[in-house]
Amino acid sequence: MSQSTSHSTIAPAPARPASPPQAPAPSLIGALELDVRFLGMVGALAVIWIVFDFLADGTFLTPRNLWNLSVQTASIAVMSTGMVLVIVMRHIDLSVGSILGVTGMIMAVFQVSTLMPTFGFNHPAVVVLTLISGVAIGALIGTLHGFVIAYLGVPAFIVTLGGLLVWRGAAWAVAEGKTIPLVDDHFKLLGGGADGSIGAFWSWVVAAMACIVIVLATVQARRQRQRFRFPLKPVWAELVTAGAGCLAVIAATLVVNAYTLPAALARRYAEANGLTVPPEGLAISFGFAVPVLVALAIGVIMTFVTTRTRFGRYVFAIGGNPEAAELAGINTKRVTLMVFALMGGLAAIGAAISTARLNSATNAQGTLDELYVIAAAVIGGTSLAGGAGTVAGAMLGALVMQSLQSGMVLMRVDTPYQNIVVGIVLVVAVWVDTLYRKRFK
Amino acid sequence: MAAQGSTSPTASAPLVDMRDISIAFGGIRAVDGVNVDLYPGEVVGLLGHNGAGKSTLIKILAGAYRPDSGEIRINGEKAEIGNPRDAKRYGIETIYQTLALADNVDAAANLFLGREIMTPWGTLDDVAMEAAAREVMGRLNPNFRKFKEPVRGLSGGQRQSVAIARAIHFNAKILIMDEPTAALGPQETAQVAELIKQLKAEGIGIFLISHDIHDVFDLADRVSVMKNGKLVGTARTTDVTKDEVLGMIIMGKSPPGAIAGPGAVH
Repeated sequence: MSQSTSHSTIAPAPARPASPPQAPAPSLIGALELDVRFLGMVGALAVIWIVFDFLADGTFLTPRNLWNLSVQTASIAVMSTGMVLVIVMRHIDLSVGSILGVTGMIMAVFQVSTLMPTFGFNHPAVVVLTLISGVAIGALIGTLHGFVIAYLGVPAFIVTLGGLLVWRGAAWAVAEGKTIPLVDDHFKLLGGGADGSIGAFWSWVVAAMACIVIVLATVQARRQRQRFRFPLKPVWAELVTAGAGCLAVIAATLVVNAYTLPAALARRYAEANGLTVPPEGLAISFGFAVPVLVALAIGVIMTFVTTRTRFGRYVFAIGGNPEAAELAGINTKRVTLMVFALMGGLAAIGAAISTARLNSATNAQGTLDELYVIAAAVIGGTSLAGGAGTVAGAMLGALVMQSLQSGMVLMRVDTPYQNIVVGIVLVVAVWVDTLYRKRFK
Repeated sequence: MAAQGSTSPTASAPLVDMRDISIAFGGIRAVDGVNVDLYPGEVVGLLGHNGAGKSTLIKILAGAYRPDSGEIRINGEKAEIGNPRDAKRYGIETIYQTLALADNVDAAANLFLGREIMTPWGTLDDVAMEAAAREVMGRLNPNFRKFKEPVRGLSGGQRQSVAIARAIHFNAKILIMDEPTAALGPQETAQVAELIKQLKAEGIGIFLISHDIHDVFDLADRVSVMKNGKLVGTARTTDVTKDEVLGMIIMGKSPPGAIAGPGAVH
């Protein structure tokens, strides 16, 4: 509809560019059009991993630890994708940990007390309805927060601080503080573990699909720019970036497939599936864990939402200049409401992952998660001043946070000291980022 | 009353006719019973001190505020303007004093903010938007190259041309420019003046708002002066001198060449 209002002299079909193609980019990084900031974070993560591997006597960079790291990161990573949007819009959500707690509790109770008796043990409808109800309730809670923030004008800090208390209390009230064990086996798959992993073959299938998508996306972007005769990246640069993406996927697949079931479990698995155990023992790979795939899928969807949809564009525009967005005719209140609703829904998905991983729901679940989620987004380059941040950065930030904790566990650092280190790292990371912004922006 | 005089606008209805507009904020009458009008191909300068109510009046036309009373007629018909989107539907485009751009996104995103071009799959068609941005910016500011950068990195003049490009691309019939040259250097100011003449020749009606008479006197066909929320008077720039207009702005004194408003001192 926008196109119909556009100026008559502007042809929707190939148009002559107003400017001649730009001169080739001067530097290597320029030619690759890489996000320097993102590269810096990948570098920082590599340093953290290598240092921990050194300090923890080679126990950090093992397939087992890296696989565990991926599973432990999943829940926070899912929620950090929503927190990016919240912070980009100059808001904050302090209630995600409590929303996680209450939705996890509701899902568990609903599953055990209603769905299981209705449909029967391990009926596929149980997992589907559990998830739908959880996400719906999470989104509803988020909508309520968003309504109070956008339409009643109460600052997000206060609304979600209230939410932190309210929903933590509600999590207790759902089952009067009891711990609810989960029963549905399908739901437990969301938590990872040996069953909740897809094995070597399917991991390769996923890897192959990811590589195909990377290549197709590169080709498609290039075609689009050709259509309008815009300046193009050199072909070698496209090959390098797409190749690096595929290599990362393949490397990750090799790592998760190198983590195999312990001998006793492998034997039990062989018996259950009628396999004969060869004398040298069975090597049954874990492959990618289900929660990790869920987190990655959400990362892809959220990246799409932020960069390719009107909603995402508006979130960033509002974060950049709320008044300009309002004057441009954007319904900023509705966008605010939707961002908080989305955050609530994502907190519920985080709840599904973490309750499934623990095999039960407790009323203390997700305590302090809001701080980890905010820290992940901020370490991942989301500016608290609003208007800047990426989903991929936030997820990487979640991985950095989890790597620090996991590394310190391997080094047998006590929890209070872990907190001291994580706290300092958060402040230092934001300080470094401030320096970066001053220098390059 | 267009300067060109090729048609006689007095015979037809004005493009914009704001009648008896009033708005109050917390008991203060920011705009008090103001009448202004604008004909196609005409530039009307809206003058007054800071706080005289010019920006408020114009924000009512742009849909940012709802007036407490009064009516707006577009081409002689009563218009209901409740929000910025309504205003755009009437072909009213506004270029704000504060350069209302989102600093963190690029020129094309700002140009199409709120009216994005979408692909058939319902996603943003960034490439098409960039192409359109290159086309319209090519007409306005051929040296403009920074299509991929957030507008934060642009100069005042470049930012202003993005804002003007937005108005032009969407076929504005009525253009409101609030202090369009306040943030610009002399060369860029001359560029904007040139552009205003070009748009005027295309039959677009322009409200030019300024607290500085020198910015508008040479460009405007008529000036309307406001003081303390009230209209001091309206005059053709050929009928009054700069000093007389200055007298209207500072003292609220309506000269003989002007049609006095309710805000004029007697």
